[in-house]
Amino acid sequence: MTTTLPPIDRAPLRRRRRRAAAVQVACILISLFMLVPMVLIGLAAVSSPQALLEFPKPLIPSGFSGDTLLAFIQATGTIPALGNSLLVGVYTVVLSLLVGAPAGYALARQVFRGKDAYQVFMLLARALPIVVLSVPLATMFLNTGVYDTVFSVTLLHTTLAMPTTVLISASIFVSVPTDVEEAAQVFGCSRFEAARRVVFPMALPGLAASSIFTFVLSWNEILGAAVITLGHRTLPAQVLASLGEAPQAYRFAGGFALILPALVFIFVMRRYLVNMWGTTLR
Amino acid sequence: MTVTTAPAPVETPVAKRRRLSGSPWLLLAPSIVFMLALFGWPVIQALISAFTDDSGFTLAAWDRLFGDPYFLRALRNTLLLIVIVVPVQLVLAVAMALLVQARPKFLSGHFYLWTIPLAVSELAAGLVWLSVFDSRGYLNSLLVSWGISDTGVQWLNYTNTGTMLLAVVIAEIWRATSLVFVIVVAGIQMVPKDFDEAAQVFGASAWQRLWHVTLPQLKPSLQVALILRTILALQAFAVAQALTGRDFPLLVGETYQWYVNLQNPAVASAAALVVLALSLATALFYLRMMRQQEAAK
Repeated sequence: MTTTLPPIDRAPLRRRRRRAAAVQVACILISLFMLVPMVLIGLAAVSSPQALLEFPKPLIPSGFSGDTLLAFIQATGTIPALGNSLLVGVYTVVLSLLVGAPAGYALARQVFRGKDAYQVFMLLARALPIVVLSVPLATMFLNTGVYDTVFSVTLLHTTLAMPTTVLISASIFVSVPTDVEEAAQVFGCSRFEAARRVVFPMALPGLAASSIFTFVLSWNEILGAAVITLGHRTLPAQVLASLGEAPQAYRFAGGFALILPALVFIFVMRRYLVNMWGTTLR
Repeated sequence: MTVTTAPAPVETPVAKRRRLSGSPWLLLAPSIVFMLALFGWPVIQALISAFTDDSGFTLAAWDRLFGDPYFLRALRNTLLLIVIVVPVQLVLAVAMALLVQARPKFLSGHFYLWTIPLAVSELAAGLVWLSVFDSRGYLNSLLVSWGISDTGVQWLNYTNTGTMLLAVVIAEIWRATSLVFVIVVAGIQMVPKDFDEAAQVFGASAWQRLWHVTLPQLKPSLQVALILRTILALQAFAVAQALTGRDFPLLVGETYQWYVNLQNPAVASAAALVVLALSLATALFYLRMMRQQEAAK
């Protein structure tokens, strides 16, 4: 210790270093908690079926093989279900934008009586559980003949996504300055033209980002899709329905296959995450 | 698609402009019609089908639901799950947000990992943790190869309610803390740094600053996260379904059972309405609390 020298207080510096180290350790621990399970299911998915039966399992599988994943992909219904998932996702994005974005625009630009009531209605719809809708919608779809179609799942998912689409697109349109719109109108655009030619292009990146969220919402939704379809299931609903009789290998491969898109989605969207989920969800 | 846009009325440009600027309802109408048809109407239908049968008003569906031993277990499990998971998630998410504020190394890498579960479906999360908690899974492999246990623990066996709950809780924390985290990070970014620095200048300890400066300003975000997470946790079912099948019943899972496997829409509606009632009660309770706090100010 530096007892002979004039007293230099090193304690704050040391405390600072210790704190920085603690922060690093905490970050790494949390990252491991998030990462390790995904690595494990990845390892399970690339293990050969024989290696999956081993116990105790070595961390690195004794036999690598694409058989497990291949068996999942070739299982009855997987490929069509994947197609259904993609179709439902895309249709849901288009439909919810067509119906929701104009409403968002109106909320962003205009003050009117009933605005609060409308917003409360949308928030209420957000708070209500999808399970309440699924059963009566299934009956309704059965009666109208659209039961068990990609279209019926689209309608359900659009209902689910609508409040978020309206609220997010409202906040996107708010961030497009009114000035440009007024300038366009000064130069002779009608209000509709101004919205279409000036505001819409400026809002497009934001709308695209919110579309990806809608797609993820639809991609991940299970209960509704499982209840209102039999032959046209989305991929998660298909996996859920097969859980009862499926071997472990199918489950692990299925779980891994369902996670892969998440890695891509979040990687593409990571800079929008905080703004979009954080501030517009309230 | 039929329900999308109402055709614009043919009018002179000036009248049209005035009309459009005068009436936002033209733009709102499609969404209102859509939501009434696919949201309002089904809720009413659910109410009707839970209380009626061919002969009129009846409570038969409710009798069957409450007489079913699975239902009470499902109710208990769901509430237990919320009581355990939501507080843990709030604390963990605030801690994670503070870590982000401390600007650690490789922040963007950590941030990416911490938010991946946002896009992971409930079912996938359940399957991920199944590979860990399965009786021949990675956790038991580890226990056996380290010699801690001879045969491993039957984590997901239906007799081990405690370990089943533990597995579902861990999977839920893994999956849904990201959502709270992102909401809290957004909230913390809107808090001006001045207050915290001022407190630091006046010699407040880290705990004091967290407790008296940061947390009070985070309150709106925390409230949103609390409401949202509680309501979403009420709807949890696929995690438990993937991990335990029906051995660890949850309310929404019971609805699924009644509708898909037992083919009884009336009882399924009744179970769904229980979830609805709990969601509404939660939302109203939290809103009441907030309003009281505001009134007290």
